[in-house]
Amino acid sequence: MISIKGLQKIFTFDNKQITAVDQLSLDIQEGEIFGVIGYSGAGKSTFIRLLNRLEEPTEGSIQINNQEITQLNKKDLRIARQDIGMIFQHFNLLWSRTVKDNIAFPLEIAGFPTAEREKRVQELIDLVGLSGKENAYPSQLSGGQKQRVGIARALANKPKLLLCDEATSALDPETTNAILDLLVDINEKLGLTIILITHEMHVIRKICNRVAVMENGRIVEQGDVLDVFLHPQQTVTKKFVEQVMGVADESESIHHLINTYNEGRIIRLHFIGETTNQALISQVAKAYPIDINILQGKITQTQRGAYGTLFVQLKGDSSDMEEAVTFIQKNTSVEVEVIRDAH
Amino acid sequence: MLTNLFPALKLEELWQATYETFYMTILALVGTFIFGILLGLLLYLTMRGGIWENKFINLIVASFVNIFRAIPFIILILLLFPFTNFLMGTIRGPNAALPALIIGAAPFYGRLVEIALKEVDKGVVEASKAMGAKTRTIIFRVLLPESMPALISGITVTAIALIGYTAMAGVIGAGGLGNYAYYFGFQRRDFDVVLVCTIVIVVIVFIFQFIGDYIANKIDKR
Ligand SMILES: Nc1ncnc2c1ncn2[C@@H]1O[C@H](COP(=O)(O)OP(=O)(O)O)[C@@H](O)[C@H]1O
Ligand SMILES: [Mg+2]
Repeated sequence: MISIKGLQKIFTFDNKQITAVDQLSLDIQEGEIFGVIGYSGAGKSTFIRLLNRLEEPTEGSIQINNQEITQLNKKDLRIARQDIGMIFQHFNLLWSRTVKDNIAFPLEIAGFPTAEREKRVQELIDLVGLSGKENAYPSQLSGGQKQRVGIARALANKPKLLLCDEATSALDPETTNAILDLLVDINEKLGLTIILITHEMHVIRKICNRVAVMENGRIVEQGDVLDVFLHPQQTVTKKFVEQVMGVADESESIHHLINTYNEGRIIRLHFIGETTNQALISQVAKAYPIDINILQGKITQTQRGAYGTLFVQLKGDSSDMEEAVTFIQKNTSVEVEVIRDAH
Repeated sequence: MLTNLFPALKLEELWQATYETFYMTILALVGTFIFGILLGLLLYLTMRGGIWENKFINLIVASFVNIFRAIPFIILILLLFPFTNFLMGTIRGPNAALPALIIGAAPFYGRLVEIALKEVDKGVVEASKAMGAKTRTIIFRVLLPESMPALISGITVTAIALIGYTAMAGVIGAGGLGNYAYYFGFQRRDFDVVLVCTIVIVVIVFIFQFIGDYIANKIDKR
C-alpha cells in the first residue's frame, strides 16, 4: 500500500545541515499497524511528516495507494491529504470549537453539505466513545478524551491511512491503553492502515504487527514485532526490548534457581506468540500426574500472542515428566529448554 | 442644577460634541479593525516560515507599520493635511479626521494582530494543513477564530487610544469633545467645560473597556 524509496530530508539552518531522514526505504502493507520506534531526535516525526508532505522531502519517492505523493501539485496534494488522517501528541484541537465542530472541520474542508456532516459527526462520536460530550469545548475534556476527538477528526473523511505521531506520549498509562485499544478497534473495524511513531516499546508491543527501529535518520532494524522481541540485533533495539522485558541477563539467576530448587527437573519455556499458550500450565498439570512449580519468568502480550520466558520446576515420575515435555513440544509453539535434568 | 455647577456649559453643545466623538471613534475603529487585520495577516503570513513566506513584502509592510507608529499623532494629522483635503475635500470636521485616525491607529493595531496570530498554536495550523485546508480556510476558520479574544482585547486598547486621538484632532478643528473643551472651555477660561469634557471622555473610555473585556471573556473557551 505504501512504498517509500530513498527518502531523505536535510534541514539547513545557520549554514549547518542536519540529515533528519537518511536514505530511508520501507514498504507497508494494507491494513497493518506499523510501528516506528526510536529515541528523541532519531527523525521519527520528520519521517511521518514527510508522508503527507508537511515537510518537503529533499529526495526520494513516496507512493501511497499507487499515487506518487512527491509529484503532486498543491491542489492535488490537498485532496490527497483529505484521505490521510493524522493525530498528534498534543491533540491540536481548535479550542474555539466544540467537540462536534472540531470533528466537522475536515468535513467542511472537504465540502460536505451540513446535513451529511451532522450525521457523519454523530457516527464518529459514537465510534470513539464520546457520546454526551458533543457540545463540550476541548478545555473541558481530559487528555484521553481530547485524543478521542483527534482520532474522530482524523477519521472523518474515511481515510485509508492514519498517521500517529506520539499519539499517546502525553497520556497516563491507563489512558494510553484505552487509546491503543481504540486504535486496534478501528484498525479491525475499518481496515485502516496505521503508521505509529513512538519512543515507548510497550506501545509497539501492544498493538503493532511490524516495527522499524530508527536511529540517526535511518531504519537500523525492522520486522515482525515478535521476531524483533525474540532476536533483537542492534544495541538500540535490545535496549527497547529491555524497556518491556527487563534486563536479559539471566545466567546468575539460573544458577541461583538450580541451587535453591534441588529437586525434580527445571525447564525453561519460551513463549513466542500464539494465544493458545495461555492455559498451557494448567492443561499440562491436569493431563499428567506431575507437580508444576512456577519459579520465575516474564511474559508479555503482543498483538500476536504471548512472548517471554518462564522457568518451571517439574516434580513426579520421570516418564510422566518426559511425556509432558513432549506434549508441549508437539502441540504448541512454546520452545522447551531443559536447564537441569531430574536427579 | 447642572447650570449652577457648570455655568458656561450648554447641554446641546456637549451632546453634539459627545456625538461627534462617538462618530469619529466608531468609524475610525471600523476602518482600523479592517486595515489592522489586513496588516497583521500580511505580517504573519509573509514572516519567516509563514504560509506565504516573502522577505520583500514582509519588509515593506513592517517598515510602513513601524514608520507610522513612530510618528506622533498630532504631527501625523498635519502631515496628512494635503492627503485629507484630496480625499475628503476638506480639512475640518469629524469626517476630515477619519483618514488620519485610521492611518494612525491601523499600524498599531496591525502589530497587535500579528502578535495575536503568532500566539495561535502552530500545531493547530499544521493539523489543518494535514486535513487539506486551503490557505483561505486556515485564515478564516482557524487563525482568526482561534485568536479572537486577543483580537478583541487589542481592538479595545486601540479604541481607547483612538478616543485620545480624536481629542487631539479636535484641537485642530475636527470637532468632538476635544474641540469643545479647547475652544469653548480653555480659550474662554471656562474651565467647568474642560472638566465636564474630561469626565465624559473618561466615561466613554470605561464603556469601551467594559464592552471589550466582556466580549473577550465571553468568547474565550480556553
Ligand atoms: N524544522 C526543522 N529545522 C531544523 N532541524 C529540524 C527541524 N525539524 C527537526 N529537525 C532536526 O531533525 C532531527 C530529527 O528530529 P525529529 O524528526 O523531530 O526527531 P524525533 O521525532 O525522532 O524526536 C533533530 O536533530 C531535529 O533537531
Ligand atoms: Mg518527535
